[in-house]
Amino acid sequence: MFSRAYKAAVTLPPLIWVTAFLLMPYLLMFCYSFWSVSAAQTIEHSWNLSNYGQLLRVDVYWQTLLRSMWIAARVTIFSLLLGYPLAYFLSFYAGRKKDLLYQLVIIPLWVSYLVRAYAWKTILGSDGVLNTLLQYVRLTKHPLEFLLYSPFAVVLTLTHIYTPFAFLPIYAALEHIPRNLVEASHDLGATPGQTFWKVIFPLSIPGVVAGATFAFVLSLGDFLAPLLLGGPSGIMISNIVVSLFGAAYNWPLGAAISFCMLLLVVSLLFFSERLEKKWSFS
Amino acid sequence: MTTTSEISMSLAGDGLSRATLLSIRNVAKRFGKNVVLRDISLEVAEGEFLTILGESGSGKTTLLRIIAGFETASAGEVWMGEERLDREPPYRRRVNTVFQHYALFPHLTVEQNVAYGLRVAKRPEAEVISRVSEALEKVKMSAHAKSKPSKISGGQQQRVALARALVNRPRLLLLDEPLSALDANLRRQMQVELKSLQREVGISFIFVTHDQEEAMVMSDRIALLRSGELEQVATPREIYGRPATAYAAQFIGHTNLLKAEVRAGVVRCGTLTWSAALPDGPALFSLRPENLRLVDGSGPTAGNALVRGKVRHRAFHGATELIRVECADGLVLVVRTPGSGGLLDDVELEFSPADAILVRESPERI
Amino acid sequence: MELLVSDAQFDSGSRWLLFHAVAVFAFLYLPIAVLILYSFNGEGVGGFPPHHLTLDWYRLLFADAPIWDSVLNSLQVAFAAMVISLTFGVPAALALERAQFPGKALFRRLVLLPLILPGIITGLSLLMLFNVTGTELSLMTIILGHGTALISVATTEVFAGLQKLDRAQEEASLDLGANYWQTFWRITVPNLKLPIIGAALLIFTLSMDEIAVSFFLIGRDNTLPLEIWGRLRRGITPEINAVSTIIFLFSLIAIVFWYRLRMRSERTTDAGAEIVAVVEGDPA
Repeated sequence: MFSRAYKAAVTLPPLIWVTAFLLMPYLLMFCYSFWSVSAAQTIEHSWNLSNYGQLLRVDVYWQTLLRSMWIAARVTIFSLLLGYPLAYFLSFYAGRKKDLLYQLVIIPLWVSYLVRAYAWKTILGSDGVLNTLLQYVRLTKHPLEFLLYSPFAVVLTLTHIYTPFAFLPIYAALEHIPRNLVEASHDLGATPGQTFWKVIFPLSIPGVVAGATFAFVLSLGDFLAPLLLGGPSGIMISNIVVSLFGAAYNWPLGAAISFCMLLLVVSLLFFSERLEKKWSFS
Repeated sequence: MTTTSEISMSLAGDGLSRATLLSIRNVAKRFGKNVVLRDISLEVAEGEFLTILGESGSGKTTLLRIIAGFETASAGEVWMGEERLDREPPYRRRVNTVFQHYALFPHLTVEQNVAYGLRVAKRPEAEVISRVSEALEKVKMSAHAKSKPSKISGGQQQRVALARALVNRPRLLLLDEPLSALDANLRRQMQVELKSLQREVGISFIFVTHDQEEAMVMSDRIALLRSGELEQVATPREIYGRPATAYAAQFIGHTNLLKAEVRAGVVRCGTLTWSAALPDGPALFSLRPENLRLVDGSGPTAGNALVRGKVRHRAFHGATELIRVECADGLVLVVRTPGSGGLLDDVELEFSPADAILVRESPERI
Repeated sequence: MELLVSDAQFDSGSRWLLFHAVAVFAFLYLPIAVLILYSFNGEGVGGFPPHHLTLDWYRLLFADAPIWDSVLNSLQVAFAAMVISLTFGVPAALALERAQFPGKALFRRLVLLPLILPGIITGLSLLMLFNVTGTELSLMTIILGHGTALISVATTEVFAGLQKLDRAQEEASLDLGANYWQTFWRITVPNLKLPIIGAALLIFTLSMDEIAVSFFLIGRDNTLPLEIWGRLRRGITPEINAVSTIIFLFSLIAIVFWYRLRMRSERTTDAGAEIVAVVEGDPA
């Protein structure tokens, strides 16, 4: 029913904009990753693979990448462990309070990322709220130093930030399960536990995959929480990129790392999309 | 049934004698590999009430959408008088539609909905106001002019949708199963109202429905569509009395389909025989249940075909009863009788050979 | 529904779930509560129990010119980013729902990618573009960055709204003689009012908070999150708690506003359906 002119009018402007400000920059990043920096600190537009070679050769790069993935994996697991039972409770047990509780999970999402990371810094510091509280109630004599400037602090903060992200798609998936399936399962003699593992959980897997993807990808690329709370042992891959684009002044190497991250993210998205499709039956 | 017959009778010859308004020429429609319509040609006269009747998936709504301009035909042309219609966008066609679920704009009041077409055409405001109130008057909805569509009932929404279309004075009104969302009583009432409204305004209506009874009650002519092809186009009386195909005979009313063999002017179907001036070979006949009669004490009428059988099942239909009679050779006939009850198990049936209508086979299509 | 038991009938499994839910809510809200509490603490950001409740930090904050400059900058950026995202995001949703064109799948992925892509990649790739084209970094470059990244939000919200929109609405409008342009403004946009307002609010809030993309595109003028970030690097005072509390309050107002808007529209349609049911004698 829509004329060719209509379709062109709605397609072309966003297409042109997105090409100019998303596609071009990504391609440019790809180009940069083959260039190099001269001794005089100028970009040399000579094409070679030395940046990628360096990534493979120098331990600190891939070790940091692995550590980042390990941190992201822990964040993902904790977010799911917190988010799934919460979503299940809201969807099946909360009754009329469901909508209110749902809004309560969403509200922290609207609160500034920086504000929340900062709040954890004030809680975890050596003279922060938690340490002084523990000393106040005489559980400890000296501040616990591992709380701040550690991977623990980064995982805790990112879990706090990404739990609502993990919760949302799981909750949506649970809400879409027709309730008569649950009734049918009970009718056929399954206990609530069996019903959960045989009916509810399998049908919620697309939500779990989407939630896990969100939590993993977004925490993998984070550089602010490590800067603020991570200390030297909590450095993540993006922090290296930041320094390469800043003081270390090696944009091409930074671009190579960024491009690897982009590829990693896109392939993860592709993979999770396949997984979601496989597990959705409607 | 009397009113139905009267309407169809009074318009039977009439609808066809008027000037042609819309002419659909060899229209076909494919969605990818899926052929939805093939080679449809159909003419609609000025002031005619034409019904496109078909099951779901027969392509009737697609045909309507091609006329309205929401779909483009894969082949063929649509003409209105001297004007080629199928190349115009929907908003330049002097055709308006009453949508299946009315498609009233929820954010506009009843009045604003009806005024919509006039306002976008930039008619003077005084004219808009008077025409809108006139249109609402006509469909008896003036009292709800300020209501939002969600606040009025389904039947009322239906009237508003009608007013919204008619206020633009289209040359042709398309109605896409407009009564399907209403319950049975309201539906019958709206059928009568719609028909009298159409006569009053004198605009051609193309009415799409899957309900054969509705089609019979309302139409000047019925175009029966099956799997994207026209099966028969005729007045309700003709399509009922002289169905062209087995499908038409079965889809409209009840019928008995008799698979027979003709040899030397004698038709033979199991033990049943009658004479007919037909060439030799296999033939298919449609015999309506009301054309079968139980032979009573006065004996059979001369020249009628006769058959004996046992009553297997009877269903009460108010004024009449439908009984299933199994004949000796296994042939089952459905017979309509005045509901009398107290019938014997063994009966003898007769029918006039003139009532057995030769029909074409309807081959399976996808 | 058997499973929707009332509070009194919780079995052991659901009691465990309830306990878990309470714990998660505590985890989500405790840091925010601490943050707000210590914005009134006379003795700095740590230390238990809080001492000398005071409004001094707020007084300090209101006299802090650089903070208010950055707030103004952020408001400008958020407003401009919202306009850009809606200008391109709404048509993009229409294109994705209604048009077929070569490269559509790629286009869809590209538009939606910033939704899930870590901000650093979007920020850095744009930094390289501005570097190559010789564009000086300023609030304008941040606006372009936010505007582009947040098209994804506008597109997802509006696309979801479009799928709920009855196509017959627009057909009816065309049928009644309105051309595509008139139909878009008179029917499509009013029907998408809620998703568009929702997207606008979300884009505005996200842009006000955004830091990862801005981090790389910043010129001389700071946005509010970057101003706070700069101060965090220099050492922390409860003034930052105070400004965070105010940001939190504004986020809360935005949510409540959005929530009420949605509730109001949903309630009216529900009431409408009820009335129709009564009039038509529908037992449902």
